[in-house]
Amino acid sequence: MRLNNLWTTNARQLGTFFGLLLLIVFFWIWTPYFLTISNLLNIAQQTTINAIIAVGLTFVIITAGIDLSVGSIMAFSGVVLASLLKADQPLIVALIGGVLTGGLCGLVNGTLISYGKLPPFIATLGMMSVARGAALLYTDGRPISGFSADFRFISNGEILHIPVPVLLMVLIYFIAHFILTRTKLGRYTYAIGGNELATMLSGVNVKMIKTVVYTLGGMLSGFAAILLTSRLNSAQPIAGIMYELDAIAAAVIGGTSLVGGEGKLSGTLIGALIMGVLRNGLNLLGVSSFIQQIVIGSVIICAVLIDMSLRKNKS
Amino acid sequence: MLGEEVLILNNITKKYPGVLALDNVSLKILQGEVHILLGENGAGKSTLVKILSGAHKMDSGSINLFGNEININGPRHSQELGIGVIYQELNLIPHLTVAENIFLGREFTHLSGVIDSRKMIKESQKILKKLKVDIDPTRTINELGIAYQQMVEVAKALSLNAKILVMDEPTSALTEKEIKELFSIIKLLKQQGVSIIFISHRLEELFEIGDSVTVLRDGLNVGTRSICDTNRDDLIKLMVNREIKDLFPSRRITIGQEILRVEKLSNSNFAEDIDFTLYKGEVLGLYGLLGSGRTELAKAIFGVDNIDGGEIFVDGEKVNISSPVHAIKNRIGFLTEDRKSQGLVLNLPIKNNITLTNLNEISKLGIVNRKKEVQVTEKYIDELNIKTTGPDQIARNLSGGNQQKVVISKWLCSQVKIFFFDEPTRGIDVGAKLEIYELMNKLAYEGSAIILISSDLLEILGMSDRILVMSEGRITAEFSREEATQEKIMKYALGEIHAA
Repeated sequence: MRLNNLWTTNARQLGTFFGLLLLIVFFWIWTPYFLTISNLLNIAQQTTINAIIAVGLTFVIITAGIDLSVGSIMAFSGVVLASLLKADQPLIVALIGGVLTGGLCGLVNGTLISYGKLPPFIATLGMMSVARGAALLYTDGRPISGFSADFRFISNGEILHIPVPVLLMVLIYFIAHFILTRTKLGRYTYAIGGNELATMLSGVNVKMIKTVVYTLGGMLSGFAAILLTSRLNSAQPIAGIMYELDAIAAAVIGGTSLVGGEGKLSGTLIGALIMGVLRNGLNLLGVSSFIQQIVIGSVIICAVLIDMSLRKNKS
Repeated sequence: MLGEEVLILNNITKKYPGVLALDNVSLKILQGEVHILLGENGAGKSTLVKILSGAHKMDSGSINLFGNEININGPRHSQELGIGVIYQELNLIPHLTVAENIFLGREFTHLSGVIDSRKMIKESQKILKKLKVDIDPTRTINELGIAYQQMVEVAKALSLNAKILVMDEPTSALTEKEIKELFSIIKLLKQQGVSIIFISHRLEELFEIGDSVTVLRDGLNVGTRSICDTNRDDLIKLMVNREIKDLFPSRRITIGQEILRVEKLSNSNFAEDIDFTLYKGEVLGLYGLLGSGRTELAKAIFGVDNIDGGEIFVDGEKVNISSPVHAIKNRIGFLTEDRKSQGLVLNLPIKNNITLTNLNEISKLGIVNRKKEVQVTEKYIDELNIKTTGPDQIARNLSGGNQQKVVISKWLCSQVKIFFFDEPTRGIDVGAKLEIYELMNKLAYEGSAIILISSDLLEILGMSDRILVMSEGRITAEFSREEATQEKIMKYALGEIHAA
């Protein structure tokens, strides 16, 4: 009974998981190196940044919104973080500064959408350009490079043989999953996406909740900036271009409905892993990056097509 | 007047997962008759409509139309066969004109392929004339009221040469006057030989318009009657298989002190100098035709619409309500008229819906106590007799009456004391209606106060202790339960007197 229940409520996520397994088997058959521990850790490592940004997008998309500015926000947060590090601020201050920069951008997004009544697409499209411009202006278009070993530990350190970024990603997923499923904020997030009007009429402060959700999205971009800057040992104002698409793809492949009201973080994580496995596997197979783009785009389209036909059958 | 059998359904059976929606239903429709389909929600009426419209396929059985066995392959095919279906939720495109809607997908074009608007307008005029309705075909749908929109749907069906017209609860959103107009159109259609399958919950109107009536219950045809051989009680008995002696349960009235007072409430759009007082234990009926401002008044007090002037007092103290958040804090709840678009988050479980108004109560530090949530939900499922598989069932999968009970539970859960019930029983079957009435009485008895907004005069008369009548944004009359009659209320609702 319980198992049965688990199956029906998570059927969508399990389906995606099955897709991921198929993909892994496929690459395993074609390149024996694929299924080695070092490569799997490599994939996990490469997936972390997209997976973390996708958490924010999952929240946003569940409210029936969208955020196109996450990549730019990450770049801006990265250069602010880097400049704080260069100014010899304590590590923790720099880290918080990076995350808050992202959060501030998200707050602006949320305010424009909730109180300015702008469509999310427009507000975040604007922010995409503004944050990018701010990053370039702040650094005069040049990267900021070379950081302390402590800061670099965040990306290249290991605890119990597991890379630190992977641990951080897992931690973020646990916390975010808890927020989404167990807290008022999570409840309201789903309710707003399911029926914003009914939620407002139930006495929920919809505007505030939406603002919080976009702010959260921005903070997660800021967090992703920490990992990226640490890994590259450099903060680039042009980092994160097109990252919004990978994150949206991860959420959507994972079953988050663009109409809102539906989605699970377990799905998003699997979606992000699918993107990571695809990139890694195709690289190992020596597929050119041009063809990779075509393959990845097609996978996104197919995943959504399958999802839609499954939903149709259900209703 | 009535002709031969034009549509014969034989042993139609349709199964959905877990439900036998139609169980060997047979039905005969005569030419030019109005055949009423009656039944509680979930009785199978909608399924039958969907099969006729081609939206769903039957599992077994046969359909004979004009003497030919037919197989309906899809909505388009159904239209081509001469079956027109008008759903409760109209299928019109708001930003297109009447003419464009009537000929949607079948536009007249010049040889060049450019749309021939003039011809479309002309043809639309012809059809509308045939219906004797006065609508300008160049107006867009969103400029028209619901009643006119419905007539455009009828015109559209006729332009497709519909011989059988299926109407799913066409009167549920109409005012008395509009219903009259619709009925005269239906009579006109009958004369032209169109057969009408008419689905309705309103018993009183079927005696006015119907020729025969078929009652469905749990997917079974439990009886077809000629309208002259039956009466209200007989039909109700068939529908619910139990006697409902009185549609409106009696109650013990205990009216207490003032709980809500509204003074000189005004808004440039819909309200002018509204004054009224509501007492504990009272059910106050608020009657008005569509556009009278009754729902808008409720929305204004609930903080959804702005107020330009006037004051609101709760328990004698002046309050400032600028959003539903404040309204609920002041213990005012609002059961909206459209439960699907305004009352429920359809894709979420019952429990999330019920606790939405009062998550604070069951959470600590922002974390929801899931055990408590289930307990609270189960309490309401039990108290309100909600037919469901459990707290985790998705709201969409409930029948209309049970959905409404979930919305009511939501407001009970919010601990409010002043309830606006806006059309609480619209589109709900007789059995569930009675339960909702009983619940309202219980709430009033326990010291809450209810403002009942309804288009159903009998409901207003049967439930209210006091009745306010609104017309064009003003309160035009107030009656005690004893004074009120249908005629009096209607007179003031039509606004004849208020010039004085």
